[in-house]
Amino acid sequence: MGMTMTQKILAAKAGLENVRAGDLVECKLDLVFGNDITAPVAIDEFYKMGVTKVFHREKVALVPDHFTPNKDIAAAGLAKKTREFAKAMNIKHYFEVGRVGIEHALLPEKGLISPGDAVIGADSHTCTHGALGAFATGVGSTDMAAGMATGTAWFKVPEAIKVSLTGKKQPYVGGKDIILHLIGILGVDGARYCSLEFGGGVDQLSMDDRFTIANMVIEAGAKNGLFPVDDATIEYVREHGARPGTVYTADRDAGYIREIVLDLAQVPMTVSFPHLPDNTKSIAEAEKLGIPIDQAVIGSCTNGRIEDMRAAAAILKGRRVHDNVRCILFPATQAIWKQCVDEGLMNIFVDAGAAVSTPTCGPCLGGHSGILAEGERCVSTTNRNFVGRMGHVKSEVYLASPVVAAASAIAGIICGPDSL
Amino acid sequence: MKLKGTVHKYGDHIDTDVIIPARTLNDPDPKALASHCMEDIDTEFVTRVQPGDIMVGGLNFGCGSSREHAPIAIKASGIRCVIAENFARIFYRNAINIGLPLLECPEAAKAAEMGDVLEVDLDSGEVYNVTKDRRCTAVAFPEFMQNIIGAGGLVNYTRAKLQKED
Repeated sequence: MGMTMTQKILAAKAGLENVRAGDLVECKLDLVFGNDITAPVAIDEFYKMGVTKVFHREKVALVPDHFTPNKDIAAAGLAKKTREFAKAMNIKHYFEVGRVGIEHALLPEKGLISPGDAVIGADSHTCTHGALGAFATGVGSTDMAAGMATGTAWFKVPEAIKVSLTGKKQPYVGGKDIILHLIGILGVDGARYCSLEFGGGVDQLSMDDRFTIANMVIEAGAKNGLFPVDDATIEYVREHGARPGTVYTADRDAGYIREIVLDLAQVPMTVSFPHLPDNTKSIAEAEKLGIPIDQAVIGSCTNGRIEDMRAAAAILKGRRVHDNVRCILFPATQAIWKQCVDEGLMNIFVDAGAAVSTPTCGPCLGGHSGILAEGERCVSTTNRNFVGRMGHVKSEVYLASPVVAAASAIAGIICGPDSL
Repeated sequence: MKLKGTVHKYGDHIDTDVIIPARTLNDPDPKALASHCMEDIDTEFVTRVQPGDIMVGGLNFGCGSSREHAPIAIKASGIRCVIAENFARIFYRNAINIGLPLLECPEAAKAAEMGDVLEVDLDSGEVYNVTKDRRCTAVAFPEFMQNIIGAGGLVNYTRAKLQKED
């Protein structure tokens, strides 16, 4: 039997001709990274391993993006520990506040990930980088420590689910709607331990859409998500100064445990209701319920890229955020932030009565800068709506696209742009 | 190794945000984490749990964030092992890496109720529900993972491996 894209990358990185689903392999890593929450735990474990230096100072990245700018004294201590380790190890890719961005937007933007790479990150949304045709998966701090020490990690070669895209997506429908819809089909554990391998009509998806889709495959339990490398990928990689990498394609006779044909023409704007990402409804169903909101968050590693900011701005332009709503935007990197200035989006946001934050994960994980009180509801372009995720245990998060979040911010209830 | 303890039972898709909320991650000290373990779905867990107790979940236990703080919090709270119908991938990996034993045993997980007493043989994977007088066997770990568990976690395993390479 042939191999999937994921299997080919793992085989190459393990120095093997062939691997099969279920094999345990040890792979060489092209990048190991962590953030200000996961790296401090990894640093302690790293030293316990009896090592004094990282395997490669240019293949480890430290991105303090979660509790930064430091939310409190304890968080400042975590950021300091990360910073001091970066200095002690002479880490090239450490990003200080003012230069930092949300890791899964920043690392591709800085050209640190290429097609065919094997990447681990101590953050579950590391799967984002599968958009570039790389094998990228989230791990915990101890795996990050072992990766920093040895430049290797062990993996169980995953079984694969093929997602074939057909049809043409409808107006206002983007990567977020596609992945929420797919999670609704799969369920939050429908791809547990599997790779999700996308194919078919991916050429109509921008790189930003692909990052959004790959970002949330973990929400179906997947180990990684993978897009084929095409002209758009190659152009993105070139434009961002990354190595060209290695392009792998799935064998014709690769094995898949399930194949889903997703007709994009049938994918509506989609909202995930509390408290699991697979609790999806179409925007039409959601609108019927007339759900009032207190906050709209537009940003995160899922939807903080320039196309997301443009999509939100197109809805907010010439309109005002509803009196009952706090609308907060989080461009994911400094470059995106600056682009928002250059393109005039910042004026649109401010004129609409929205707040714009410096890049941070902030409220997505209930960290800071937009925490919800008891009974409050937020429409958010982030990736999780678990109990208590954005604040009080009795608050609610509705996951949606930047278009739906911006429209809802104006209407004060969950709705799409056609209802404004 | 054999364990005997009281069950703390939870449902399906227990995510790492409810195991240990992100607002508490600014202090990664295991004791501090343990003092907030499960508080968003079970405010009494931290006062009820006794050293040696056993946590039982349903499907996809530990889904969500990669935070290793989740198995650390569970372990530091005194829980000696977690039994579930199955586990989310990153949580499973993290627990093995830090030396928190897990058993994938759908039959035992479904049958167990809050307060039941279980006897668990980690070597054979046998789970005996003393309260209900039911016996079943968990899925065995692959040999490679048994080696990591045997070494006491990934830190020791990696240290030994690096020393061998030197």
